[in-house]
Amino acid sequence: MQITIDGKRCEASPGQTVLAVARAHGFYVPTLCYHAKTGKAGKCRACVAEIAGMRGLQTTCTVEVKDGMVVRLDSEKVRKAQRLVVDLLLSSGRHDCLSCEKNGECELQAAAYYLGVKKPSFAVANDEAAKFDDTSRFVVRDDAKCIKCGRCVAGCKNTVCNDVLDFGFRSGRTKVICDHDQPMGASTCVQCGECVQLCPVGALVDKKAVGQGRVWDLAKVNTTCPYCGVGCQVTMHVDRPRNRIVKVTGRECAPNEGMLCVKGRYGYDFPSHPERLKYPMIKRDGVHVRVSWDEALDYTADRIRTIVGQHGPDVFSAFGSGRITNENNYALAKFTRAVIHTNNIDHCART
Amino acid sequence: MTNSIKEIGDAEVLFVIGSNTTEAHPVISYFMKRAVKKGGTLIVNDPRKIDLTRWAQMHVQHRVGSDVAYLNALIHEIFANGWENREFLANHTENPEAIREWVKPYTPEMAEGICGVPAATIRQVAKILGTAKSVSVCYTLGITEHICGTDNVKTIANLQMVLGNLGKYGAGVNPLRGQNNVQGACDMGALPNVYHNYQAVDNPATIKKYEEAWGVTGLSGKVGYKMPTMLRKAHDGGTRILYCVGDNTVQTEPHMAHTIKEIQALEFFIVCDIFPNITTPYADVIFPDTCWGEEDGTYSNTERRVQRVRAALQAPGEARSHWWVLQELGKRLGYDMGFTTAESVWEDMRKTATSYAGITYERIEQLGLQWPCPTLTHPGTGFLHKDGNFTRGKGLFHKIEYIPPAEQADGQYPFILSTGRRLWHYHTGTQTRNSEGLSDLFPEELLELSPVDAARLGIKTGDWVAASSRRGRIELRAWVTERSPAGVCWCAFHFHEACANVLTNDAFDSVTETAEYKVCAIRVEKLADGELNTAAGSMKRQARP
Repeated sequence: MQITIDGKRCEASPGQTVLAVARAHGFYVPTLCYHAKTGKAGKCRACVAEIAGMRGLQTTCTVEVKDGMVVRLDSEKVRKAQRLVVDLLLSSGRHDCLSCEKNGECELQAAAYYLGVKKPSFAVANDEAAKFDDTSRFVVRDDAKCIKCGRCVAGCKNTVCNDVLDFGFRSGRTKVICDHDQPMGASTCVQCGECVQLCPVGALVDKKAVGQGRVWDLAKVNTTCPYCGVGCQVTMHVDRPRNRIVKVTGRECAPNEGMLCVKGRYGYDFPSHPERLKYPMIKRDGVHVRVSWDEALDYTADRIRTIVGQHGPDVFSAFGSGRITNENNYALAKFTRAVIHTNNIDHCART
Repeated sequence: MTNSIKEIGDAEVLFVIGSNTTEAHPVISYFMKRAVKKGGTLIVNDPRKIDLTRWAQMHVQHRVGSDVAYLNALIHEIFANGWENREFLANHTENPEAIREWVKPYTPEMAEGICGVPAATIRQVAKILGTAKSVSVCYTLGITEHICGTDNVKTIANLQMVLGNLGKYGAGVNPLRGQNNVQGACDMGALPNVYHNYQAVDNPATIKKYEEAWGVTGLSGKVGYKMPTMLRKAHDGGTRILYCVGDNTVQTEPHMAHTIKEIQALEFFIVCDIFPNITTPYADVIFPDTCWGEEDGTYSNTERRVQRVRAALQAPGEARSHWWVLQELGKRLGYDMGFTTAESVWEDMRKTATSYAGITYERIEQLGLQWPCPTLTHPGTGFLHKDGNFTRGKGLFHKIEYIPPAEQADGQYPFILSTGRRLWHYHTGTQTRNSEGLSDLFPEELLELSPVDAARLGIKTGDWVAASSRRGRIELRAWVTERSPAGVCWCAFHFHEACANVLTNDAFDSVTETAEYKVCAIRVEKLADGELNTAAGSMKRQARP
């Protein structure tokens, strides 16, 4: 089927939302409450459009396409409504972009930028009541930046199903709470960080990454999590000059759909630990002494040659590992079989 | 896993046994909980009241090590009520009549006497399984780490074949692999009986094939030793050299004192690792390896998905990728394996492996592929045994009888100790204890014990206790929790200062030589009063009452 957006004919398929079709065809539509994973929300009204035959402005994240639908995104009415939404949100909190961790990837900031909202036009609301909660080991919550979009709540409930976050209180006092409004660190939160990953603004950030690098200065490298066998896909955010991973985020793809656990999201800095083994060592008189690679390899090859020469290849055994790469395991298997000529290789699958 | 992770989220019935999923495989637990929210039925079968039970419709608390009796009784009930999948049994299995006979003695009442689950509960579970359109069975080391681990797995296979729950979406026999690349280590032939791609080492045709592919002669046709045998043979000179890569053997093998003696008996011990650990002091040579984040390569996950890992950091000092070390050693010992990059190693493997022949670095640049993936245009395989077609032809039932654990609680050692993992830590802690923050959340190992036992021994949470088995003794603090049933204690092996493996029993499954980590008998004594610090105390969130 086809629909028309701002005069452009767009291919669409049944079940798609107007938002999905618009984005697939390169239209800018701000969204704050909508996230592909948490699904339709229809709360923030930043994504509104005029749709011929439908009364009032429609939220494109909830309306499904119909053949021949005519949509206006670029009308003054639409832009005015979107600007007001963004203006009110900017006015209702403490959105100080300067030192905000989210600067450069904040979706509210992006909406203000694209819609040309320069400064909040309303008096900034008194945010003294808004709480700053840094009681959790890995997640910082800043209510003054929360726009009540509900993504974190939806994620905690329906994505990772940890059921910790919810909305508490009423009307103007509505806020996101943990359990029965406990500080996050004292709640039942397991710190999987899904809420941080879903937050469009700086209301939920990774504590370990605070002040560790601007988004545009960090290299993004995709990899697989080093912990359990799920094989979650992650992106490492790397400060190359300092040679450190400063943050890890989940990739929105199989098998984990962006979700991680506390180890995968926050247990990433062991490579930079000062106690790493750094040099080859040989034990001499009971003490490990640093040697060159050549010396270590020559010594090892000599010892293997001598002992295997004397007693045969089956006195050699190798332990591979469920924690090293396929390549390293294969190399060890080939070495054991083709160089030593024994099948004495095994690994910790038995442990 | 025969099936894929995402299928768990769509399962009609999930039968989880011997898996503390929220802690050991948190992301898979999210999919399980989603299945429940979608209306699926979750049955958690575990001696402990693990956190996943909060989402489960049923928690079956069978006795530690009684899985075969319980599962056989389920199969018995399924046949007794005619809930077996007759079409599957007739067309896709070899000996369906035999299994029907074998499980006859395992009435729910008989099983109740062994596993402690009321016969009525067994009947209720059997009805849920028997009347569902599909059931996914997920298990972890609670099934395999027993002297009857192989039996346990075969019994699960029996159950799923009786129900016809193989070769279809949302079903299957799904072992959740514990380590990032334990699937890959098997796939790559780090096993004594098979080459990569699971080719038997004692098959002359296989030997010929690899001699040609690798340009060598004299490959051994003798099946190698498994890990416990390798170590045991250190005492009589049968093993003289141990080349150990990424394995903190002292901390991970059962009966630590014995493991140390075996390692000390070696003539030449090579350790290749990323951190000093409690195994490295025994090494004659230490090679510093690059770690995650510093090298290119691939891991294969629990659903057989081969995925890339990438270098983002410079390795410290002179640490090198391990394939480079082996390449250099190979050259010194007269054989150039031809490895120049991680990708060249993969390519060398791929040319002799039908299951991965279609998987190249280029194809998995964005998204991993699940083997079998035999050609460059093959999309990979989401679930195995499609339409009930097994690799060997028809499915074969095995006759499995219950055998009790090697060690039982007795007057001297009145508690059963079981082991496993905690959410906040991984393995021997070399990664999680060297990453900022995780140890703040869980700084020391705790001995979990039930309120009933604690009251009897005058122990409260935070008190120092000693736990001893016939093999050793550890001192740690107590965590009195409803998670533990009466008579059962639990602790993990993440902390070398108080490691479960000082106590665990080096009794092994006769087929796999997997140790019975999940059952040993211990004694618990109170040493002194104490209090947990708040961070550790807050970890009770993993066991909400």
